[in-house]
Parts: sequence; structure tokens; C-alpha cells
Amino acid sequence: MRTETTSGNRGLLQAEPLIFETGHATGTGVDLPEPKNTPNKLGGLARKAPLDLPGLSEPETMRHFVRLSQKNYAIDLGLFPLGSCTMKHNPRLNERVARFEGFADIHPLQPISTIQGALELMDELAHWLIELTGMPAVALSPKAGAHGEFCGMLAIKAALAARGDAEKRKRVLVPASAHGTNPATAVAAGFIVDEVPGTGDGRVDLEAFKAKLGPDVAAAMLTNPNTCGLFERDVKAIADLIHASGGYFYCDGANYNAIVGRVRPGDLGVDAMHINLHKTFSTPHGGGGPGAGPTVLSAALAPFAPVPHIVKGYSLREHKDGTRAFGRMCAFHGQMGMFTRALTYMLSHGSDGLRQVAEDAVLNANYLLARLKPHFNAPFGDGPCMHEALFDDSSIKPKGVETIDMAKALLDEGYHPFTTYFPLVVHGAMLIEPTETEPKRELDRFADVMIALAERVNAGDVQFFKQAPILAPMRRLDDTRAARQPKLRWRRGDNGADAAKHAAE
Amino acid sequence: MRYLPLTEADRQQMLGLIGAKTIDDLFVDVPKGALLKDLVPLPKAQGEIEVHRHMQALAEKNTPAGRTAFFLGAGAYRHHVPATVDHIIQRSEFLTAYTPYQPEIAQGTLQALYEFQSQVALLLDMEVANASMYDGSTACAEAAMMAARVTKRKKIVFSGGVHPHYVETARTACEALGLEIIALPAAIDDEAAVTKRLGADVAAVIVQSPNVFGAITDLAKIGEAVRGAGALMVATFTECVAFGAIEPPGAMGADIVCGEGQSIGNALNFGGPYVGLFAVKEKYIRQMPGRVAGETLDADGKRGFVLTLSTREQHIRREKATSNICTNSGLCQLAWTVHMTLLGEAGLRRLAQLNHERAVALAEALAKVPGVEVLTKRYFNEIAVRVPGNAQHIVDALAVKGVIGGVAMSRLNPNAGMDDVLLACATEMNTDDDIAAYAHALKEALT
Repeated sequence: MRTETTSGNRGLLQAEPLIFETGHATGTGVDLPEPKNTPNKLGGLARKAPLDLPGLSEPETMRHFVRLSQKNYAIDLGLFPLGSCTMKHNPRLNERVARFEGFADIHPLQPISTIQGALELMDELAHWLIELTGMPAVALSPKAGAHGEFCGMLAIKAALAARGDAEKRKRVLVPASAHGTNPATAVAAGFIVDEVPGTGDGRVDLEAFKAKLGPDVAAAMLTNPNTCGLFERDVKAIADLIHASGGYFYCDGANYNAIVGRVRPGDLGVDAMHINLHKTFSTPHGGGGPGAGPTVLSAALAPFAPVPHIVKGYSLREHKDGTRAFGRMCAFHGQMGMFTRALTYMLSHGSDGLRQVAEDAVLNANYLLARLKPHFNAPFGDGPCMHEALFDDSSIKPKGVETIDMAKALLDEGYHPFTTYFPLVVHGAMLIEPTETEPKRELDRFADVMIALAERVNAGDVQFFKQAPILAPMRRLDDTRAARQPKLRWRRGDNGADAAKHAAE
Repeated sequence: MRYLPLTEADRQQMLGLIGAKTIDDLFVDVPKGALLKDLVPLPKAQGEIEVHRHMQALAEKNTPAGRTAFFLGAGAYRHHVPATVDHIIQRSEFLTAYTPYQPEIAQGTLQALYEFQSQVALLLDMEVANASMYDGSTACAEAAMMAARVTKRKKIVFSGGVHPHYVETARTACEALGLEIIALPAAIDDEAAVTKRLGADVAAVIVQSPNVFGAITDLAKIGEAVRGAGALMVATFTECVAFGAIEPPGAMGADIVCGEGQSIGNALNFGGPYVGLFAVKEKYIRQMPGRVAGETLDADGKRGFVLTLSTREQHIRREKATSNICTNSGLCQLAWTVHMTLLGEAGLRRLAQLNHERAVALAEALAKVPGVEVLTKRYFNEIAVRVPGNAQHIVDALAVKGVIGGVAMSRLNPNAGMDDVLLACATEMNTDDDIAAYAHALKEALT
């Protein structure tokens, strides 16, 4: 089969150099007014050296980025079953609303009288989050999930300090299955991480948890539903135990989409939980951000919420003086562009639609679990899962095919793979989250492909997997080389031939 | 519900294959009593028409900047964003992609990240930049913590010219780690004061330029003393267009540069989402927070890009990570790169010159208003102005006349003792008429 072409293009897929290899410093794609060349007030600190930034005309710019875009997989293209990432459909009404002049063209420091609609919108979003979670308060300003975790842990720290316990209570209990952000956040907030082992059924070991409690424990950080895609049956017992021992209960809300409208974290004894608006409430992932991580707080933690606070009526309290606020998460009010999208999403679904979101997400995941269980090992597959189905490579690895190979084979089949090697507590994990926005026929098609791949493993065609992908825009990329010889930017003197030269080395 | 494709028949068929009678059988692990039977008391589903109407009504309760004579900056800036930018970031392949963890099918995002990192490094004249942070304020907090890691020291000195919200954001994050923030009193120029606070326990001096008063600082003057004391020079900024006109921090010896990139490619959006820029000297890359894309080769020897140096990050290092940051500011970063590609050096330099000339015109117009004094002498597109009276009251009075005249310093920092200081900004968006309207309204407000 012929795979090389003279142009470097392959059918619709266009080879595209860096802007630095095509643009030049005199090119530009904007027509700005002529300056008047009046004397400057830069006081001798005018820029001396050239910037060497290339400029491209508008058509060249458009073509460059459209060509790049066609090398990306996307939820609008197909099933994106990345476990723990919640790649659901992003409604375009949300995009339109976020661009309303009254939202996009307002400044965070405008006089209060000119931003009443913005404050009302934030108050309405807060109302929805409070009603849905059964928690009394929410801090809107955290800018992402991990930032929300940080906010929750700082509220816990402030509450401990207020009762004189901050120095005494430094230990935070974190299950081994947690997202990496949980231990990293606990440390960033000045705590010490103590890992709690799991049980054979993918949940926190309650006895081990009990044994770790003590007067030096500040909090437990628990993801529920957890990263194995399971609801923690003992969540209420865990909340009661941590409270009885004088600590607080942080819940990682990354998987809240599985229970929205059906279970209120406030009913489970949670003290703080961040909500990924980019997961549960479908603000777009955008190739890695921006996210938003509003954090709901219990009555015990609410007084310590960071500034700014919205005051009914509406105005803003922007400084912590005279309050018990623990501080400030960021310069302004948080991710307003995400608030408009998330509220639009909530209003569209309503209480009934959001409940259906959780139910369909769970149904879709269980459907894939049921269809794939005969072909792949599901370590906790005896009972139902929540919004994601966890498999591992234990049934295929003895035949020479690992999780990474299965993932790369899916690339050739036109799918983004599942989450690989996470959670860490399961070796060779393959975590599949279909979300509620997949129709049944897409699930069936994906399941058929997975089953066909499993049969191919059984037939002993290991080479098929090891050489994959061959049809994706690129073959497997060398991560080790990237890390050992970091090349993180273009420099003048670089050229496209470098890559070929390196290849010949 | 228009976003949910399963039909009732699908659901029954699927439950049948799963072996469950009802959907509640799948929620069997939820403790009894915690599984809600009734709907949460909130409005029910609505169509696009109703939702659009509701959101439009909220939007109309705000006064958009473009409907006023608008002179507000102080950390967020109203610039022209070419139409091309929004079109590209709304393409499905960028908008609805995830973090590029499968590089073979994410080269679009990864190459754009690599180009972004290169553009940021060139703009700031630094060796290496990361793939972006949440915003300027959180980038600044990360820089403070990084300096403490690099130097193994615990004190961070903030110049009195740093945006007060940046100082408070960094204070919140740093104090949680047991670091000490020394925030100098608000001052338009404190080049001499910052070096006086140096000592063997100081990890970094953080200076903003142009600062919150609009003043440009000669970092090179401070740098020598900072290096002599074994501390790192951290430069921050809120207006990145400035570096099309003024000497970049890298050229003046900064070790870490962090700040807000919103001005390029991104709308005001009431404060977010924005895009934090973060650049360091190459020797510090293993202590740098956040994602970074790097060049490599694929199995056929073709150039490609991957996320790299991930052994610094939380998903690999967990409690030993350099930061808990997970997301970058993806689409905002892409918007920045597209806009910067359209500008190029020629466009950026012209844009910067226009901003500066507008600010000079504004300063001259305001200086002619009786009782008003322009305090900032060396500036880019922002100035601090002393008004005869309470600046907050004057800002409110101007708003009634359709002029957003800036922000009172007392709103940013009530303890600064600068109740009569107003911070104003001009960009390429301001016309001569806007400037005349401002001067006229201010004159009226003062009489």
C-alpha cells in the first residue's frame, strides 16, 4: 500500500509547517489605523531588539489553523469515551449566549450599577448549584476543578484555624484511587497526605479508614462516584466517622454528572465539593481548558468562603476585611464565560432533564459494561457501575497486547480511546465513559469494534496492535525523546529539515 | 429533551440486556433515603426560544463597555479581536477536543500549543514558556511558589505597584504553604524600596511592569541587587500588548515572567476565562508548573508534538507535583495564538503604538481639567490620576453620564490611602470623541 506522497499531504489531510516557517515579521493579517508618531512617554524603555514574531495574512491564518484543526479528534466527530473526563455534547446555544454583548463585553471592575445582570446571573447559577447539591453555599470563583479542590481545602483549613486546630490537624486521608489532583491539592494547602487503601470491590476500605482516624486528621478527600466508576456505599459512614473525629469531608465532584438530580451531596454529609462546570454542565473542554470549578460548602465552611461575595440586591463584597473569608482565589469573579454557558445548559435541561442526564449516563455505561464484560476483564463488574465502566488488560496481556496497544488500535478505527492506566489501583486500566449524549447505535458500533479487537487478540495478531496507529495523522510518538531532549519552542535557525536530520541519526 | 438521544424503547431494551428491571436498580449502591424520588425544586426543561429570552433579559441588565466611552483597564483590557479568531476557536475540532493525551489524534491542539509557547517566549524575550495558566493572577501565585521551591527560601517581596488582587491571590496560595508575603505599600514607583527588603531569606522580588498605576519599571536596575542577594527576579504584567512597545522583562534579566494574556484574542468576559502567560529561564524548567508541549518524532521519523516533562505534574507525581494545576486555558490560549499570528511583529508594534498614543492623548486631555493631576510619568496605556475628591464617587458620577472613566484605587485596595486616585486606560478602541467626552464629563462631575 502506498502511504507516502510527493506533497506530504494525504488526501484531505494537509501537511502544515509551523507559522515560524511560513510567516515573516513584516506580514500581517490586521489593518490598523496609521499611528500619528507623536512623542512617546516610555521614558527610554522602548523595546530595542526585534520581536521576530511572524505574521500571516487572514487567508493564510485561516488555512493554517483549519489544517491544524483537521488533525484533532473531537466530540463532534465521534464517541469520546475518556473515563473521568465526561466528554459530552456541547450545546451551541451556550456558545451563542456567552457571546451576548451584555456578557462578553463587560469589565470585571465596572461600576456596580452597570453589571446588575451579571450579578443576578451569578446568583441564579448559585441557586441552581445549591438546590441541586443540597448544600447551603457556593464559592463561584475557582477557575478549574483542581482550583476548586484548593478552595475547599483552604476553607477547611480556615475552619480548623478558627477553632484553634490548624496546627494540630495536618493529616488528610486520600484513597489510593483518587485523582492526582487530590494529593497535590492537599499538599498545596499545607497538609500531609495519608493514603487509604481500597477493598477488593473497588471502594474505600472502611476498616482501614477507621484505623487512620485520629486527633491529627484534618479531612478526608473522597471522590464519589469514585474513579473506578462505583458509588461508595459507605459514604455516609465515612462522613459520620470523619465528623465524629473532628475532621471535615471533602468530596471530589469530578463525577457528579452520574448523580446530578438524583443524589444531593448535602444529604451524604459532604462539607465541600467542587463542581466541574466543564464536565457535568457541559462547558466545552476546548483542548484542555478553560474549565470552571465552583465549590459548594456546608454551613460549617460557608463563613470562610473566599472573596468576592455577591450581596443580594445586588452588590459585591470584594475585600476580606471584616469577614471570615480565607482570602482570594483569583483576580476577579471566576469564569463568567463558563457561568453563562452552564446556566444556559441548566435552564435547557431543567430539573427533569438533569435527572435524565444522570440516569442516561449511568444506563449507557452499564450497557457497555454488559456488552463488553464477556470479552474484557471487568475487575468490579459483578454489580452495576455508575457513569463509567472499568476494564483492565489482564485477559489480553498474556497474549501480548496491553492497554496502550488497544488504545492505539482504536485510533485506527476512528475512535478516541478510553482513559488508559487510570485509576492507578487497577493494573492496565481501561476506563470507559460514554456519557448520556451517545445514542444506542453509537454505543453498539463502539462495542462491536471493541469485541472485534478482542477477537483479533485471541487470534494472535499481536503485530496489528503493536504497529498501530497506521491510519491516524501520525504514528506513535516518542515521549521519551521529548522528555530527554526537551525542545519546547521554535528558535530562528530551526527548520523543518531538523526533524528529518534527527530521524537519520 | 433535545440533547438526549436515547428513546424510551432504547432504555427498556438496554435495561433488559443489562438485566435490570428499572433504572433505580443501577443506583442500588446509593444509601437508602439518599436516592431522590422527586425532582429537585427547580424549573423544568425549556426550549431554545425560552432559554435565549431569559438569558437575553439578564444580558440587557448590564451596560456593555462598547455602549460607553470606556477607559477601564487595571487587569482587563478592551481591545479589538479580529473576527477570524472567534471563528477558529468555535471550530468543533478545537472547541470539543480534550487535553491532547493521545497525540496521534491531537496534533492540531499540540502544534498550536508549541506555536503559542514560542510566541510567548519571543514576546517576553524569555527562553521557555508553558502552555498557559488559568489567568495572570494565578500565574503570579504559581511564580511565587516556584521561586520558593527553586531558592528553598520562604519570603516573597511584592512591589507596591503590583495589582492588589494579584497580591491577595498570591498571599492566599503562599500562606497555605507557610510562605511569607511582604507586600510593600502602594506606590507608583518603588524601585528603591524593593531592593531595601532583600535579605538571605528572600526567595523572590515580584515587580509588575507596566504596574497597576500604569508605570513602566526599569527591571534591570533592580535585577542586579536581586541576583546579588540570591533571590529570583519575578516580573509580572496585566497588559501584554505593552511588549510591542516597551523593553520585555526577559531582556532586563527576569528569571520568571508571569502575567495576563487576555488583551490578545480574548474579550473582557467580566473577568474570565482569561489566559495566564508563564515563562522561565531554561535552567528552571523542571520546577515550572503547568502543561508544556514539546517536539518529538513519530515511528516514521516525522516531526510531531506531545505533552512532555509530565513528571512534574499531578497526574504522575501526585503529592510531589510542582503544582496541583491540571487544566490550562486551552481555547483562550488558542485565541491568543490566532490573534498573535494575525498581528505578527508589524501588527503588534502598530497596535502597541496606537495604544500608547491614545493614552498620551487621554493624559493630556485629563491634565487640562482643573484640579486633575496625572501622576504616572512613564507609562504605556494606563495612567493614575489624582482627582479633587473621592475617586469612587467620581467614577459613579461619570457612569451616569455614559463614561466608564476607570476604577478608583480604593476599590482595588481600600487601605492604600489613595482615595483620590483613579486608574484610567486607553486602547486602540478609544476615539478622539471618547476622550473629549471623558474630559468634558469629568469637568462637569467636578463642578
